[in-house]
Amino acid sequence: MKTSYVETVLAIIGKDLRIELRSRELISVMAVFALLSILVFSFALELDRAAREEVVGGVLWVTLIFASLLGLNRSLAQEYDQGNLDALLLTPTPRSAIFIGKFAGNALFTGLVGLLLLPLMTALYGMNLLDGRLIATALVGVFGFCAVGTLLATMTAQTRAREALLPIAMLPLALPFLLTAVRATKGILTGAAEWQVWFQLLAGITVIYFVLCLLLYGYVVEE
Amino acid sequence: MTMTGERAIIEVERLSKIYGVLPALQGVNFNVSRGEFVALLGANGSGKSTLLRLLSGLSKPSAGTVRIGGWELPREAMAIRAQIGLVAHRPLLYENLTARENLAFFGRMYGMQKTECEARGKTLLRQVGLARRVDTLVRTFSRGMKQRLSIARTLLHEPDVLLLDEPYSGLDRSVAESLDDLLAAAQQEGRTIILSTHQLERLPPTAGRALILSRGQVAYDGAIEASELAVIYQSAGV
Repeated sequence: MKTSYVETVLAIIGKDLRIELRSRELISVMAVFALLSILVFSFALELDRAAREEVVGGVLWVTLIFASLLGLNRSLAQEYDQGNLDALLLTPTPRSAIFIGKFAGNALFTGLVGLLLLPLMTALYGMNLLDGRLIATALVGVFGFCAVGTLLATMTAQTRAREALLPIAMLPLALPFLLTAVRATKGILTGAAEWQVWFQLLAGITVIYFVLCLLLYGYVVEE
Repeated sequence: MTMTGERAIIEVERLSKIYGVLPALQGVNFNVSRGEFVALLGANGSGKSTLLRLLSGLSKPSAGTVRIGGWELPREAMAIRAQIGLVAHRPLLYENLTARENLAFFGRMYGMQKTECEARGKTLLRQVGLARRVDTLVRTFSRGMKQRLSIARTLLHEPDVLLLDEPYSGLDRSVAESLDDLLAAAQQEGRTIILSTHQLERLPPTAGRALILSRGQVAYDGAIEASELAVIYQSAGV
């Protein structure tokens, strides 16, 4: 009996989790960056409550996206530097399974950092960010830009200037996530009903990007 | 499907690979029969690694065709990936996993069941002399140990075709000899082997045929006659 598609994906996720538990290279760097970032924003923006409601969504999402860039870069660089991407490509594993496995690991690590940020920002900014709707928005947003990030980081990992290239390639593509996620977050915090529209838009963009990245991954990894 | 019966397991016709404007391989032709052991010789930059990458399906040809077991690369690569094993320059191992975990992971990627993979992995780790280091992280291994584990990873799924790119580099004499023994055993099991090296003095004893590459072209293809090979090697401009 052969390994099923799901088992293959789970094996890739399990491998990434085990490596991260041992090295703590990704989560620690992402978490420290995110923490420093929200601290800097908190000191730099001395705001009253109304102004905070306006900017806190932006702070959350800019911090999350930059933290995820650090993690994505390291995650794919590890595969490329040790030649492991070649080792994976030599196997009869469907390329889409490699993509989903790598994406799921990246989304899990970024999602954990996002979940860590919410209580910290609640304490620092004096606003309740521990809202189920906000957590759902954060998870959908992370899901979307980690899909794009996994595809782009696979491409840039093969270049010399990958640390600089990934943000340059990723930020324009992350703009739709940033805009819709910030609007949805702001709507949730201010109690505006329009948050649902932005959330649905974010979910739609996430699904489209995920499917596109899944389809394109095979072309990106094959020479 | 383009199965072509019981002819040569590897068929290479007018194979070329160009990187930008730089030709790495130009019009290479050769066939390899099932169970044959071919030593791929040539200086650094002669195209050996490029040829092995093309044969493994990791790289796409600029022109020409490669068929393995009747399947055409890269179009039908997925069908033959399970039949190919590659030992590359780099060990292709996860440094933060143990030897056992590396084999278990790659076994899953090749579709092997857990019990089958464990049993085969245990046997291979014993054969490559790593039986006592199965639960040691690979990042603590020496270059030679990584190379031996890499060979175990390559043999794990019992491929029909073994491709080895400079496998002796960084190995001391005793480890190189144990590699020779492993390759001899693999050949006896009927596997087809292509091994590249730039060291004429480090030819595997069981290799029966030499393929010499010079500037991306086949300069010699024939039997290994140790006394003549050095002359051929030099006259080919290597």
